[in-house]
This record gives sequence, C-alpha cells and structure tokens, in this order.
Amino acid sequence: MKIGVLALQGDFLEHQKILESLSVAIKQVRLSADLNGLDGLIIPGGESTTIGKLAVDFGLMDPLRTFAQDHAVWGTCAGSILISKDARRVQPLLEIMNIKVDRNAFGRQVDSFEIDLEIPALEKVSQENPPFHAIFIRAPLIEDVGSSVKVLAKLPNGKIVAAQQEKWLATSFHPELTTDDRFHRYFLEMIR
Amino acid sequence: MTAETGTFVLKKGLAQMLKGGVIMDVVTPEHAKIAEDAGAVAVMALERVPADIRADGGVARMSDPELILKIMDTVTIPVMAKARIGHFVEAQILEALGVDYVDESEVLTPADTEHHINKHNFKIPFVCGARNLGEALRRIGEGAAMIRTKGEAGTGDVVEAVRHARRVFGDIRHLMTLPEEEVMAFARDLGAPYALVMETRELGCLPVVNFAAGGIATPADAALMMRLGVDGVFVGSGIFKSGDPAKRAAAIVKAVTHYKDAKILGEVSRNLGEPMVGRQVSAIPESELMANRGW
Repeated sequence: MKIGVLALQGDFLEHQKILESLSVAIKQVRLSADLNGLDGLIIPGGESTTIGKLAVDFGLMDPLRTFAQDHAVWGTCAGSILISKDARRVQPLLEIMNIKVDRNAFGRQVDSFEIDLEIPALEKVSQENPPFHAIFIRAPLIEDVGSSVKVLAKLPNGKIVAAQQEKWLATSFHPELTTDDRFHRYFLEMIR
Repeated sequence: MTAETGTFVLKKGLAQMLKGGVIMDVVTPEHAKIAEDAGAVAVMALERVPADIRADGGVARMSDPELILKIMDTVTIPVMAKARIGHFVEAQILEALGVDYVDESEVLTPADTEHHINKHNFKIPFVCGARNLGEALRRIGEGAAMIRTKGEAGTGDVVEAVRHARRVFGDIRHLMTLPEEEVMAFARDLGAPYALVMETRELGCLPVVNFAAGGIATPADAALMMRLGVDGVFVGSGIFKSGDPAKRAAAIVKAVTHYKDAKILGEVSRNLGEPMVGRQVSAIPESELMANRGW
C-alpha cells in the first residue's frame, strides 16, 4: 500500500511520520504525476486558501477530483475544508464530500482548544477505544452533512467535527499532532 | 470532557500549520488582501516595513491597534503583529486585540536590553528571532512557540539569514555528535537551558517550528533558505518594496512549495519586475544592525 500526502503547504510531515511509523510507504504529492500508483491521499492541516491556490496554479484540482472518485481521501482541518462541497465563502474547493463547513468557526488562535472526544467508530481499530485527544487549531466546523454522510465525532455541544462518506474522511482536528495513530489506522482500514 | 485553551501544544501547533508557507509583512488592509490572494499563510501587520524603519530612523514601536484590527477584518488567514523586545504591555495589548501570533521583534526598538518577555504568561503564541542555537533555546525557554532566523531585516540581502540558519543547524549537527557527558558543557557554552538542549538532541531539530527571516527578496532566496532546512519563510520589505508586489508574492509562495525543483523555480522567477533595491549588510555600520538587538 502506498499513501500520498498532499505536500503543497502545511503539516504534511507530521502525517508522513505517523504513516511511516505504521510501516506504510508514502509519497509527497506536489504535482499531478505524483498521484500515480497511490492507494489513498491525505490532505493535511495548513492554510486552506494557500493550499487551494497552489492546487489551482499547478493544475492539481481536476487530477485530485478524478483520483478521489475511486480512492480514499482524508482531509484534516484545512484538508476538510478543501474536500468539502461548501465552505460558505469563495475559495477553491475540491467538492469531494457532501459536507458544508464553516471556516474558522471557533474564532481566532486564542480560541483554539484541546479536548477528549468519544469516537465509537475507532472501535474498528482499537478494542478498548479510550477517548481521542483532539486538537483544534483555528478549526473549521462541519456545519451540515448530506444524507450519505456518517457523523463520526461531535463536541459536547453537539457540533460535528468528524465525518465519513464512503471512502472519504474529514476531521476538523489534527490527529497528526498527537502520538495516537488510531485515526491513521482507521483510514488505512478504509482502504484495505 | 473539558476543553483546554492556550496550551503550548496549541501555540506550537499553529506554527506547524504555517509550515511550507510564506508570512508577509503588510502595512495596509489592501496589502493584506494582496498577500492573502497571493497565497500567504499569514500576514504580519505593521505600520512600516523594516526597510522604511531603517531609512526613517527614530523609535519603532508596536503598530496602531486600529491598523491591526482593520487588517484582521480584511483577511481570513492568521494575523501576526510585532511587540518590542521586553515590552510585555505591548504584547498584552496585542493579546487583547486577538492577534494570532506576537513577534517579539528586534526590528522594533528594544524596550529592555536585559530581559525578553516571559511568554509563558500569555495564551497567544510568540515567535522570536535567533542567530544561533543558544539564542533559539533561550527564547523557547521563555515560552516562544516558533523561532525565525533574525537575518538582517530591511536589507534585501540574504547573507545574514543564511549565516544564522547555517549556524543554528550547524550547532544542532555538532550537538548530535557529542558524547552525552559533554552535553552539559555544551549547554553552558551556548547559554541554553540543559533540558531543551537534551530535547533538541533527541529530536535532531529544534523543538518548535523554525522559519527564516531577514533579507529574503526573491523566489530563489526563499528556496535557498528552504534548502538549508528551515520550515518556511518570512518576507518583509522584499514584497511591497518591489516593482510588482502581487506577482513577486505569488512567485515566492510557489518557490517555497517547489523549493527543490529548479525548473519550476526558473519558471516562477521570470518577469517579476524590479526587486527591492536592497542594501548590502557589509556596508551597514555595526551600530545599525538590528540582529544584534536581544541576546
């Protein structure tokens, strides 16, 4: 199995390190040719406007959409904005997943937070399944999900912060900033 | 299940989201918009770019909060602002305004020649300049969640940024080769906290994100700094003191992503118009060097 990490901007090395610790071959994706031979793709945290602009400028938008049609894709934070259908503002989106996100929904950096979340779906990769320590940095919120989308995690106030639609996954928070590899293993299970 | 805010993980984490990106100095909301449209990952809101601070002389202070707030209203990307070295009240004001990052910066006139701000006391993160590993670890010891090379701001001469990046990475390479019993003496000579020296040695890199700053004026300069090992770049005067800021800004953003691809670097460097005029660091009197501010 070989996983791509979109390496236009953001914390792609953090994803890469976790995947490497799981003995998964990885490839940094900067141009469309880098997508060849990959089994899945992670779009990391970063600035969604920057990543979107670079994806447009280097002709990656259509190749990424085509790739997503028959491959698993996971977006964390900025990545979840990029794979959404609607971010309530004009910016380049891949429109892969049927979710609507609210960018910087929680406010500015001073409002960034860490919290433990119960995520039942992770039982698939973790029998005991303790709470997942979720790190939200100027995070987007998943405001609304389409009918085919499964909600994986909510904040105590009921707001959606992780969702899955078939082979596509979106998390508002950053599993790659923790040492907990359950989300990465869950994504790999989606591909297997 | 209670939420925690203002933790070091969150402070450092925002810098991790900026990696592989360009942070641009802007002096008006219009500049901020140009920077955002060009693909900047964040903007540094200030009243004068370093080249003008250098030319104007006088005391350089924190910018007018009105300007910072207007810039915060204009863009969706993170907004940083500068406080003077040691001026913790300026930093408290910036925190109250809600800026995303404070740069405790040698570009402004220092308020304290002995002590930097105790950055642990804040909920918002700080970035600080450094010329070598000791200086970087002292700042991290005080709570900085991100480091940048000092370079020599406002010159358009990349030589000092290169010197400082090579020095930081060279110090780390040296540290990695030492037998453990020699680390304490190394920490003493560096003037750095021992625990952070040990952490750096275990990680093989600084414990926080490390950008380059000070004198970067072209896509090639930005890519050079990336090749030396930094995580991203700050561009101050280099963009808005050039002939075509929007084009140059976008080119530098692309250069930081494709820093290893000389063919793309050649493409993005074409027809950018006049770069900032620049001033050779070697022709600047010692007393006017900004990098020597702070310790």
